[in-house]
Amino acid sequence: MTVSRPWQLTLRILALGWLLALLLAPVALIFYRTFEPGIGAVWDSITTPAAISAFWLTIEVSAIAVVVNTVLGVVMALALARGRWRGRWVLDAIIDLPFAISPVVVGLSLILVYGTTGWFGRDLADLGIRVIFSVPGIVLATVFVTLPFVVREVTPVLREVGDEQEQAAATLGASGWQTFWRITLPSIRWGIAYGVVLTTARAIGEFGAVSVVSGKVSGETETLTLLVEKRFANFDLAGAYAASALLAAIALLTLLIMTTFNRRREEA
Amino acid sequence: MSAVALTRRRPAARSGALALGISTLWLSVIVLLPLAAVVVRSLDGGVGDFWDAVSSRQAVDALRFTVLVSLATAAIDAVTGTLLAWVLVRDRFPGKRIVNALIDLPFALPTIVAGLTLLALYGPTSPLGIDIAFTQGAVLLALLFVTQPFVVRSVQPVLIEVDREMEEAAISLGASNRTVFLRIILPNLLPAILSGAGLAFARAVGEFGSVVLISGNVPFDTQVSSVYIFKLIESDAPISAAAVSVVLLLVSVLVLAGIRLLGRWGARHDR
Repeated sequence: MTVSRPWQLTLRILALGWLLALLLAPVALIFYRTFEPGIGAVWDSITTPAAISAFWLTIEVSAIAVVVNTVLGVVMALALARGRWRGRWVLDAIIDLPFAISPVVVGLSLILVYGTTGWFGRDLADLGIRVIFSVPGIVLATVFVTLPFVVREVTPVLREVGDEQEQAAATLGASGWQTFWRITLPSIRWGIAYGVVLTTARAIGEFGAVSVVSGKVSGETETLTLLVEKRFANFDLAGAYAASALLAAIALLTLLIMTTFNRRREEA
Repeated sequence: MSAVALTRRRPAARSGALALGISTLWLSVIVLLPLAAVVVRSLDGGVGDFWDAVSSRQAVDALRFTVLVSLATAAIDAVTGTLLAWVLVRDRFPGKRIVNALIDLPFALPTIVAGLTLLALYGPTSPLGIDIAFTQGAVLLALLFVTQPFVVRSVQPVLIEVDREMEEAAISLGASNRTVFLRIILPNLLPAILSGAGLAFARAVGEFGSVVLISGNVPFDTQVSSVYIFKLIESDAPISAAAVSVVLLLVSVLVLAGIRLLGRWGARHDR
């Protein structure tokens, strides 16, 4: 079906106009407002002790979540793509749950298990371990919400490449590990890479779940997204914009990497 | 099935069982245990307390608004998402690759930043003079922002695969563009549009970060369930929060199940 020229232009203007009003204009405005007072003020605002500690906590938590979810994501993808038992769909459905659950409920669920009145709260307190209102809680919340990404990217790739090469390697006497490192892993590397980028972006940007379990102690349990909210609540609008611009810059970088990886993946 | 085939499959089956064991254990500890805690502990105060928590006027109002505004979000996403997918697949213009990449921006941008950016442009300090902060429209806007990619990304690949010959045949038989779109293209896209809209709805129902600043959290008006649950946790009522969460979980799980059934239906439709 070929659309007439006026129609084509109308549709194009509508689509791009929508994108501009909803996404681009607000994000562009944030950058503009951030740099309005000058780059020196922005730099000062993102290098306060609280901001630096929030930055490093965000990096630390995201790094843990990415490593854990990548290793176990590949294991789960193998279980889904290579297994042949009947109950596979149950596993498949559970993996999707973190996408459908409100981040606030994720945070609450952790409080109900690990908080002072939680199932394991007292035992953990006796052992001197603090999960809620502490870094382990933030890590657990982030791992929960980013759990599906790597699995969801790797499973279809595993299905597509099939297991013929793996079987051939096994027949030629390769051990399970050798087959995995030399055959399986190279064939899914772009899928893993893409999943890692998605996980990183979500981990850095997670707010709701972390907000419930963090306790928001400046310099200790405050991540970058929590810093944005606190500055906004304290009427430090310029500070909130600066921290937001930093996060938005990370998001744009993520987008760039995603596009590059996507092209590589399609070529592969 | 020969004996050779059986022995050949054995090592794979063994590592498969190991992968299954680890997966089950991991999902149980990280996902199922906390969710079980929400469900079980929502009844800590007995069935009566549970019912009081979920049937309080504020809880009911928040849930009703959440579901309605999420439905509106999904419906608008279905239209704008299909439009964007169409323009990205069938139109050609300079900078299309950049636009295509920017579609994913809401997935990459932290939700709290999304809320703040919308508040900057459509809030009290708006340079355009448009101030819809702390209204129901603002909640809708925030949800549209964060769910924007779902329909585009589910329709786009299907639209690329749509059989152009079928369209040309219809045109050569005298069908108008309108007929071709309604009778050939739209039916082909429908499963993808619905599943994208379903994902958008599920996301919107639980959304928190983008909504929390711009909604103003006015009870009986702009308060959504996730923010209500957050307020309950803050005011040290985790059991009531758990009760309301169970209802919200139920909505999400039903939508997710619906999308799965739809996926199966769509796959059967293809053949």
